[in-house]
Order: sequence, then structure tokens, then C-alpha cells
Amino acid sequence: MNKLRTGAFHTGMILLSLLWLGPVIWVVVMSTRSFDDIAAHGVGSLPRSFTLDTYRQAWTDGGELRALINSMLVTVPSVLLSLGLAAMAAFALSRFRIPGRRTILLLMLAGNLLPPQILLIPVAKFSELTGLYDTLWALIAVQVGFGLGFYTFVLHGFMRDLPGEIQEAATIDGAGTAQIFTKVMLPLTRPALAALGALSFTWIFNDLLWAITVLRTDDNMPVTPALLGLQGQFVSSWNVIAAGTVIAAVPTVAVFLRFQRHFVSGLALGAVK
Amino acid sequence: MTATISTTSVTPTRRRRRSARLSPLLVAFVLVPFLVESIWVFWPALQGFWFSLTRWDGMSPPAFVGADNYVELAGDATFRGALVNTVIWLVLFGGLSVLGGFGMALVLQKERRGVGFYRAALFTPVVFSLVVTALVWRVFYQPDGIADTLLRAVGLEQLIRPWLADPQTALYAVILPALWRQIGYVMVLFLAGLKAIDPALHEAARMDGANSWQRLRHVTIPQLKGVNAVVLSVIVIDSLRSFDIVWSLTKGGPYHSSELLSTYMYSTAFQSLRLGYASAIAVVIFVLALAVILGYLVRAFREEA
Repeated sequence: MNKLRTGAFHTGMILLSLLWLGPVIWVVVMSTRSFDDIAAHGVGSLPRSFTLDTYRQAWTDGGELRALINSMLVTVPSVLLSLGLAAMAAFALSRFRIPGRRTILLLMLAGNLLPPQILLIPVAKFSELTGLYDTLWALIAVQVGFGLGFYTFVLHGFMRDLPGEIQEAATIDGAGTAQIFTKVMLPLTRPALAALGALSFTWIFNDLLWAITVLRTDDNMPVTPALLGLQGQFVSSWNVIAAGTVIAAVPTVAVFLRFQRHFVSGLALGAVK
Repeated sequence: MTATISTTSVTPTRRRRRSARLSPLLVAFVLVPFLVESIWVFWPALQGFWFSLTRWDGMSPPAFVGADNYVELAGDATFRGALVNTVIWLVLFGGLSVLGGFGMALVLQKERRGVGFYRAALFTPVVFSLVVTALVWRVFYQPDGIADTLLRAVGLEQLIRPWLADPQTALYAVILPALWRQIGYVMVLFLAGLKAIDPALHEAARMDGANSWQRLRHVTIPQLKGVNAVVLSVIVIDSLRSFDIVWSLTKGGPYHSSELLSTYMYSTAFQSLRLGYASAIAVVIFVLALAVILGYLVRAFREEA
């Protein structure tokens, strides 16, 4: 009886896993098929060819290289800036009696929970006004501003639960606020920072809406919106589009695999707090 | 949910500085991040409300028209369709991802052989962008793509249709990929919640002769109350924000059949250049989300206290 149940469990789960992984595997396989093969047998057929030229086409003709560089130029500074600012705010709000600290914290969180639609037009206009429109600076600024609230809230919850004695001891030893922050608090907060780092990298790298709101020129587009452009450029070359899709997915998959444990705990951090 | 008895308040070992001695550095620590968020979030949000009361093409200055945009919205069939679609999206995408994620978390909560692999499989799409997700599924929906091949294999050719181009199926054909990506995410949230439940509670219920269904109903679900509140808020907000997947697959078409409030707002703003009218649509999205966020914040507030 128990054997039967175990068997049923694994059969069901393997089918489900296939349903989840199948489409991904299919796209990876399709990215290595020749154009003629797909044209002759359709995208639903099994492969009869193998080529990696599709990747060269997506990489150079499709402008994926340029787009990936843009993505990195936006994502890395945005992650560092927003986590740095959020850690500063969380430190001050969680370890000192700042008047109105609870209101400030919740206001900052509320800002991140706003539907971005209400911000799109004013942000687009403001970036025109400041001359940042259609530059990567505009995208970095809005990613930092919009993400800050949530990161502050999570880091605040983490720092609040750290024991006070360490800070006391450091103060007695004559450490100033800045030193306590950099030498004591930041190292202790490392797990939370790693988790949020992995998460925010994925979110910012994967963003579409902000990018197509503050950017216009194709040459400035990060990889996510550029992928939509690739679809228009290689209308029926499914193999090249598939290759572009694989290229666009690799960085976030790599970050996930590298920071797997942090990533999942980060998702749970926001929820179970 | 142990937050109510955390170490925030009066432990004798932790004397805080008196607020009278706030160093300028500390003030800067709060003020700089707050200002950054003010410039890019709070101030634009206030402007958004103001713009919704204007007629504006983005070139000439905005002209105040009072509630005209809202009156026009009330009679706008496309808006009504988008509102209905958004509610369908909320119920189907939101409801099914919670049910699916919770079900998967229950099935996969026990550490046993293979569970790690199954969890990883379900979680894989979470790290993809929605544009990548959209392209993966485009292959599935292509004429003679995977969906059609599968239907032929089981002899259901008569069901075959251009999934994304048929107004009757477009919205549902977009919901499916969105679910595919969301279920693993919700599962992870619930797995974390289930892990936090004291096994002794289940033991006690078992001793009292509760069967597994009763244990789920009277132990697991009440214990997950906090996680449920968060998951529900996250899901409702996510549903109302949903944009990328629809934009990548159908742009809200054909004939607005998969139009959500978010896509209608975007095309009204940046393609029709009716910035005032688009702002009014954004305000409607905001009002829908507000109820949820208020619930979320009230809860957070209670926890902080």
C-alpha cells in the first residue's frame, strides 16, 4: 500500500516537473536547430539538425551583446546603491530612537507597494526635465528609488533582532556611529544583504516596464526589452529568437544557482517576517 | 509569527541614545534614502493624481478639466473590458497560483527522496523574466507548435485555433504562462510558512484522533494565518501590476480581448499620448490596490508595535 502511494507520488511529480521543465528544454533545443529544419518540420517537431550559429546571430546581428552590457550597467549599480541606501536607513531606524521612525519605515514600504502605473507618466516627464530621459542614469535612479522601501523594511526587520550588547560594547570602546555601521552592523547583516542582493539583481535585470518608460533608443535598451525587439527583427527565425531567449535568461539563472540558498530565504524573508 | 515577543522594547542591557542627541550623520542616514524615494516615488505619485484631473498631450502644458477623465472612463467600453479582464486575471491568476502553490507546498513539505529536484523544477521559471517566459510559451502556442502537436497526438484536432490571436482564448492563453511562473514562487512562500509550524501541534492533533484533513483544516491553515495575509497581499498587488507578460504576448489584443488596466494605461499614455486620461486609469489601479495595501500595512503596524 505504502509502496503504491510512493509510486503514485513520484509518477505525478515527475509529470509535473516535466510540464515545468519541458518548455525550457524545448527552447534550448530549438535554439540549436537550423532555419531550414524548423521551416520544413515546424517548431513542434523533434530536431534533425544542430548549429550554434543562431547564438552568433542573436549575439551580434541581434544586438544582444550591447543589450547585455546595458543590463549590467544598470543592474549592478542599482543593486549596490539601493542596498547601501536601504542599509543606512534601516540601521538608523532600527537601532536609534528616531522620532516618527515607524511612520517613516511604513511610508517607505508603502512607496514600493504602489502600483508603478501611477508613477510612469510623472517619472517619464521628470526624467525629460532633468535631461536624463533615454539614458541609463534615469533607469538606475528609478530602480533605486522604487526598490528602496522594500529593502529598507526587510533589513530593518533583520537588524532590529540583532542583540544590543554588541553595539553597546562598540560604543564603550569609543566607536562612532559610522564605525558601528560599517564594522559591526553590516557584517552581521550579511545574510540578509546577500539574499536581497540576489533578489534585487533578478528583479532589476528582468524589468521591462521601467525600461520602456524611461528609454527610447534601441541602443540603450537592456536585454529584457531588447528581447522583444529581437522578436520583431527575426520574425520567423524561431531558432535565433530561442537563442536570444537563452542568452537573456542565463545571467539570472547563474545568479540563482550561485546564491540559491540566499535567494529562497530572501523570498521567505519578506513573507514570514 | 514570533514578532510580537521580539527584543524591540525594554531589555535592560540595551539602553538607546536619547533622541535629543541625534547626530547629523544619523539624520543623513534616514534623510538621504528618504529623499531619493521622495523624488522618484512620492512626488511623482502626487503628480499622477493631479495629472488625472487634466487634459494633456505632453507637449503643451496640462489643462485642468476636473473630473472629465473619470466621466469619460465610465462610458469607455475598452476601459470596462479591461476592468473586467483585470478582475478575471485577479481571480484566475491570483486564485490558481495560491491554490497551486499551497498544494505543491503541502505535497513537497516532507524531506524525502526526489523532493529537492521537484521543488527546483517548479521553482525554475521564477528566475526568468516575464519576457523570457512569454517567448518560451510563444513556441508552445505557435501554429503547429507544441500545443497543436499535442492535441493532434490525442486526436483533438478540431480544438486547434490561433491561441493568442483568437479573442475568445487570448486572455486565458496569457494567464497560463503567468501561472507557470508564479506557482513556484508562491510554493516557496508557503514552504517557509509550513516549516515554521511547531510539529508538536500536529502530534497533539494526531493523539486526539484528528485525520489528515482535520489537521490541515484546524492546525495547518490557522497556523499559516500570517503567511496567508502576506501571500494574499503580494498576489493581489502582483495581479494588479501584471503588465510584462501581456505586453510581450499580445499587447492587450486582439481587439482588446486580453487588455488589462495596466496595458490600457500604458498604451493610452505612450502610444495615444493622452497623458491625463492615462493618469485617471492609473488612479483606478491605485484605488484597487490601496484596499489591499492598507490591510497589509495595518498588519505590519500591529507587528511593529
